[in-house]
Amino acid sequence: MSFAFFLIQLLNGMQYGLLLFLVASGLTLIFGIMGIINLAHGSFYMVGAYLAWSLAGMTGSLTAAILIGIPLTVVLGMFLEWLLMRRLYGRDHLYQVLLTYGLILVFEEMRSILWGDDVYGVKVPDLLNHSIALTENLSYPVYRLGISAVCLLLAAGLYFLIKHTRLGMMIRAGASNREMAQSLGINIKLVYTLVFALGVALAAFAGMINAPVSSVYPGMGAQVLIICFVIVVIGGIGSVKGAMAASIMIGMADTFGQILVPEVAGMIVYLLMAVVLVWRPEGLFGRI
Amino acid sequence: MRALRLAELLLLLLFALLALFPLIDSTFYTQLITKVMIMAIFAMSLDLLVGYTGLVSFGHAAYFGLSGYVLALVAPQYEAVSLWWSLPAAMLVCALFALITGILVLRTKGIYFIMVTLAFAQMVFFVFHDTKFGGGSDGIYIYAKPTLVIAGFQVLNLEKLNQLFYLVLIIMAAVYLLLRRILGSTFGRALLGIKENEHRMRALGFPTFGYKLSSYVLSGALGGLAGYLAAVQYGFVNPEILSWHQSGAVLMMVIMGGMGTLYGPVVGAFAFVLLQEVLSDQGFLGPVAKHWQLAMGIFVILVALYLPQGLAGLLRRRKAEASDGSSDA
Repeated sequence: MSFAFFLIQLLNGMQYGLLLFLVASGLTLIFGIMGIINLAHGSFYMVGAYLAWSLAGMTGSLTAAILIGIPLTVVLGMFLEWLLMRRLYGRDHLYQVLLTYGLILVFEEMRSILWGDDVYGVKVPDLLNHSIALTENLSYPVYRLGISAVCLLLAAGLYFLIKHTRLGMMIRAGASNREMAQSLGINIKLVYTLVFALGVALAAFAGMINAPVSSVYPGMGAQVLIICFVIVVIGGIGSVKGAMAASIMIGMADTFGQILVPEVAGMIVYLLMAVVLVWRPEGLFGRI
Repeated sequence: MRALRLAELLLLLLFALLALFPLIDSTFYTQLITKVMIMAIFAMSLDLLVGYTGLVSFGHAAYFGLSGYVLALVAPQYEAVSLWWSLPAAMLVCALFALITGILVLRTKGIYFIMVTLAFAQMVFFVFHDTKFGGGSDGIYIYAKPTLVIAGFQVLNLEKLNQLFYLVLIIMAAVYLLLRRILGSTFGRALLGIKENEHRMRALGFPTFGYKLSSYVLSGALGGLAGYLAAVQYGFVNPEILSWHQSGAVLMMVIMGGMGTLYGPVVGAFAFVLLQEVLSDQGFLGPVAKHWQLAMGIFVILVALYLPQGLAGLLRRRKAEASDGSSDA
């Protein structure tokens, strides 16, 4: 393995991991703070990708599509929280699993009705449509570097939001003791709505920026969902820091697994999870 | 107690109706109901874990698929294999797999348990999907269905739809009665105790780990039984039967039907498969049927919101009114 080749794989693993972080961070927040197991989280990733495709088709620019799409997904998140999730707080996890499973079916079928069942490609924005030459015949696309950079920025923003803002304080208060936070005058219902909408928007945004790389296809949410659950569990439920560590781990393990041991690449991720959980049953950064 | 008898009466009625079902003499419907009953067996085996032991497994497809693959691998290519030893062999492999993985997964709890069971099932999936030994992603055909020969006389010919139908029906009833029996015993009571409060059970001197492991192994073996029958019915196995979609679907049948009731998962299996069949029937619903998942999804959401005890809860609620607050355990 030449150094340039190794570097490319390293960057790929990093980019894949960071992208997964966007989806997994929302999942772990919704899980840790609201106590909701959200199987439909992968569907939001898919909705984002399809929105990017159709809005980019209308406006001619992916950037414009993202700028219009994000508010739409925030509204979608708030609406779903208001209509459905609100009724699930404090109920047995299994009913959350059942309801969000139903949501997956609804989203898949809405996608089929609105956008059809074909595979679509999305154009990389012109500004980022270059590659950096590493050797004579190996190069790395700038767009992927751009994805990594944006994901890192968002991760930093998320960290700042949770640790250093008033809203973040409310979120943490709500996570540690819902009743106490409420009796201290925090509008916990609103906090939950915002957290859910934030999670939806993050997942959808991941789908949007990855659309030019992965293309847009039916069922794209399912695979991301399962991998992100693996990340949430490895990292420890509710821990954004854990989600970050686990995302990078999974991104690297998957990328290098496919090169070094292609025969068992599919199971590496799950093997990793099993090892981590048998060693630390509460995940790497779990609090329980 | 009167309430329990009502449920039993309904079950007997269902059994009688099913026993008469092949009289309608339709290949399509006989196959469909056979498939539903196999899923009912599968769902009951999962209910032992989810509803009675408090262990939510998201990897039950591992047993379903594993046992199908055992049948496909031990069967000679163009000859029928004997049911006598291939069925116990398949179930034994499942039980062993459950025993080994159970020792590991039972160290975890709650959502972590859900995920580790998923992890092991996914590993099995990728073993068969990515290696050539089980036919890779194409799977293996089982050209001849297993036979049951006693003293040179062929007792069962599973190539005949009706005979397979009755075999599955009898096994379904047997599994129900077996589980009822087990759950009514001290062992079953202990499992329920563990589900409610494991610490207290341990304080009472029950070796809870052993109880949970036994339940896990039994559930795996019975899941294998369902998988074996499914492989016999379809005549082929491929990695799809091991996928997490399969684990998800059976879990939905259990929750939707009403966990911890044993008959609930049977109702769930019937509702799940039949609803899917009706909603996607183009002859019945026309072009709308193409988008059957939308109606199915809305139905699942409504059950989650308004039927806290699943479909079986409908029966139970009316029972509770009729028997005026008597316990329904």
